[in-house]
Amino acid sequence: MRACPNCGEGVFEGEGFCEACGHPLTAEATAAVQAGRVAREGVTAKVLPAGRPGTRPTRRTEPKSPRPACTECGATAIDADGYCEHCGMRQPAERDHIEIELPGSVAAGASDRGRRYARNEDFLALAAHSGGIAAVVCDGVGSSPHPDDASRAAAETGVAELAARFGSGAAPEEATCDAALKAAEAVAALAESPSDAPSCTYVSALTYADPATGTPAVTVGWVGDSRAYWLGGGGSDAASEQLTQSEQLTQDDSWAAFMVAEGALTEAEAEAHPNAHVITAWLGADADEVRPRVRTFSPGGPGAVLVCSDGLWNYAPKPQDLVAVLAGAACDPALDPLGAARTLVRFALEAGGRDNISVAVVPVAIGTVAPDPVTPNTEHAP
Amino acid sequence: MSEQPQFSIKIDQNKYLPEGGREVHAVVSVESTGSPTGVSQPASAAEVIIIDTSGSMSYPDTKLRAAIAAAQVAVDTLRDGVFFAVISGANTAKMVFPQQTTLVRADATTRQQAKQALSRLQAQGGTAIGSWLRLADQLFDAHQEGIRHAILLTDGKNQHETAEELDAVLYRCTGRFVCDCRGVGTDWEVAELRKVSSALLGSVDIVADPQGLVADFQAMTEAAMGKAVADVALRVWTPQTAKLRFVKQVMPTVQDLTGKRTESGPQAGDYPLGAWGAESRDYHICVEVSPGEVGKELRAGWVKLVVPGAAGAEDEILATGNVLVQWTDDEAASTRINPRVAHYTGQAELADAIQEGLQARKDGDEDTATARLGRAVKLAEEAGNDEITSLLRKVVDVVDPATGTVRLKKNVEKADEMSLDTRSTKTVRTRKGEG
Ligand SMILES: [Zn+2]
Ligand SMILES: [Zn+2]
Repeated sequence: MRACPNCGEGVFEGEGFCEACGHPLTAEATAAVQAGRVAREGVTAKVLPAGRPGTRPTRRTEPKSPRPACTECGATAIDADGYCEHCGMRQPAERDHIEIELPGSVAAGASDRGRRYARNEDFLALAAHSGGIAAVVCDGVGSSPHPDDASRAAAETGVAELAARFGSGAAPEEATCDAALKAAEAVAALAESPSDAPSCTYVSALTYADPATGTPAVTVGWVGDSRAYWLGGGGSDAASEQLTQSEQLTQDDSWAAFMVAEGALTEAEAEAHPNAHVITAWLGADADEVRPRVRTFSPGGPGAVLVCSDGLWNYAPKPQDLVAVLAGAACDPALDPLGAARTLVRFALEAGGRDNISVAVVPVAIGTVAPDPVTPNTEHAP
Repeated sequence: MSEQPQFSIKIDQNKYLPEGGREVHAVVSVESTGSPTGVSQPASAAEVIIIDTSGSMSYPDTKLRAAIAAAQVAVDTLRDGVFFAVISGANTAKMVFPQQTTLVRADATTRQQAKQALSRLQAQGGTAIGSWLRLADQLFDAHQEGIRHAILLTDGKNQHETAEELDAVLYRCTGRFVCDCRGVGTDWEVAELRKVSSALLGSVDIVADPQGLVADFQAMTEAAMGKAVADVALRVWTPQTAKLRFVKQVMPTVQDLTGKRTESGPQAGDYPLGAWGAESRDYHICVEVSPGEVGKELRAGWVKLVVPGAAGAEDEILATGNVLVQWTDDEAASTRINPRVAHYTGQAELADAIQEGLQARKDGDEDTATARLGRAVKLAEEAGNDEITSLLRKVVDVVDPATGTVRLKKNVEKADEMSLDTRSTKTVRTRKGEG
């Protein structure tokens, strides 16, 4: 047994990374870390800017009293930077815990700072379009400067672009890809220099009615390790992209996913590893060419699309785990998206809250999704 | 004031503390940049040059003549309009120029008259530094709103007044003017001049060879002429239950400011920084806080660079910065040591090690002297402080710099020992190879 050069903990020959601190121990491990970036901490969640009339989500945050009292010592002198002038404690920021819901409960989301980080660097945004919902979750990359600005810019730009592009006739896959690229541009524009490049992950979900059949469909797109899941039942159709049961819709751009794909680690080993959070793709001026991955699914029955940051899925990586959490709280995500988002955030907090947590829930009800009045321009479909 | 420089504060720290952690360290870098034209001049400046004329200054005679030449160059370096005077110091202080106890404006005529008066100086009598400073203080009395700077040159110990008398004068002069001190030759006391310079926020140095005085006086006067803002203070706010453990200047020299605090408001104190030109200085702050819950973030220090307002006027805040604390259960984060904090912690220890080692050497305690000076060699090497390394090598033979293994040299020049002592507090900004 030798000692980790970083923390001194004993390490075994052949191990790629120190179990205690995650320090790379081999040349390959070092290269893997250098190729990727560690995604931690989430960012600002705030509500998306004005969409079309009726699409503005409802804020559920507490209204600010004119003289707020310090949550630590009760003093009423809070300075402009949010610190108590008496005991110095930073006051909870508006974005520390955010809940949003679209009118008619057609979609909802919740985002929380978690228990370890001082700020919420995740951001989530929802928008209704004429035939369904667009949802985006972004997770600021903790090792970059101003990750909160990155995730906010990406989510706001992405969701607005996604709804607008699809609304003006683009095919769902095209709209999804374009929105991710537009979000990437917005994040890259924040960088003052290549060495000072705010960055974040990106995941979007678009629900709509298939123009050909009128049946519900979901298109997801992502860069990084934020995820989308399908939660719900389904029919018995075994076609490849037909959702017959709860499943993960995205595949992480991450060190862990790469190691699993290579057969180097089991899924459980990879998830338990300190480097599980090293991502291999992200939005930012320092990123390689951004190639969003896009997939479309047809739900075989009623359910909900869950879009989330790793602050949630770290504690419940399998779709069945997420379903069990909701079932345990007697919460049906298809009927109560806000309740489902709250339940999942609470679950992650109780499990430790080691990262920012963001969850968006978009119900899909078979047979009740109205056909899209705006016919997608199929000429642009891939 | 016209064309005031732009000030900025940068904080270097690791804000993460483990659960239950109490002590947070930060390096506060204060930088000022001159106006775009490079000319930043305050409305007024006052300069007093104090030359030791005790009898020893004529043994050898070159000392007095070099001091006169240096003072003449300093007078030439004063820009037009600066109020100035020259004082000679022995058992008492006397006006050299002008004859009345007052400052006069520098112009071609007054500079010429001052230089002539200097050339007639004679060395006679003893050394009573406190009396010299008292006269300087009297001269600055009518000029308290501008830059106030003095240069004090001596060659001997303060033998003709008691240490208590000097302390009393220093107490009175603190904050009234800044004074740079120079010791010429090797018969003066390093600790004594360091006490004067540190009370009056100035520098202290040795000019072992009188020939070096001219260039040194010119540099000091030029630096004084470059000051644009007088009486800058570092104001540090701390949380109610916190304790400010120390505030030290760590660049360009180590200077403990902790004892110079004056209360400036609720939970806040001011530490005087003297006058500023276009320059940068670093400070090391340590705050002890009451532990908070994991995930909570605390402002452990709110640092402001201020020019306190005169009687009733608003204080002017030039720049601000936050020293933060956040408790975490992430050991990798809480055990990380900020490199700049580590760098300056090492250099503050270096100054102590040198001063303790030299004192032990004087006291004949060779074991302690060898241990402390060996430690100093290791710290200077680690910090990349090449000047101190070369000064140390004149006092000890270095066997292994990495472990600090040294042997005391048998024969050491007095000037080398005094140079090491005087310059022990000089720091360098970055280690070798760190940009
Ligand atoms: Zn380790
Ligand atoms: Zn408070």
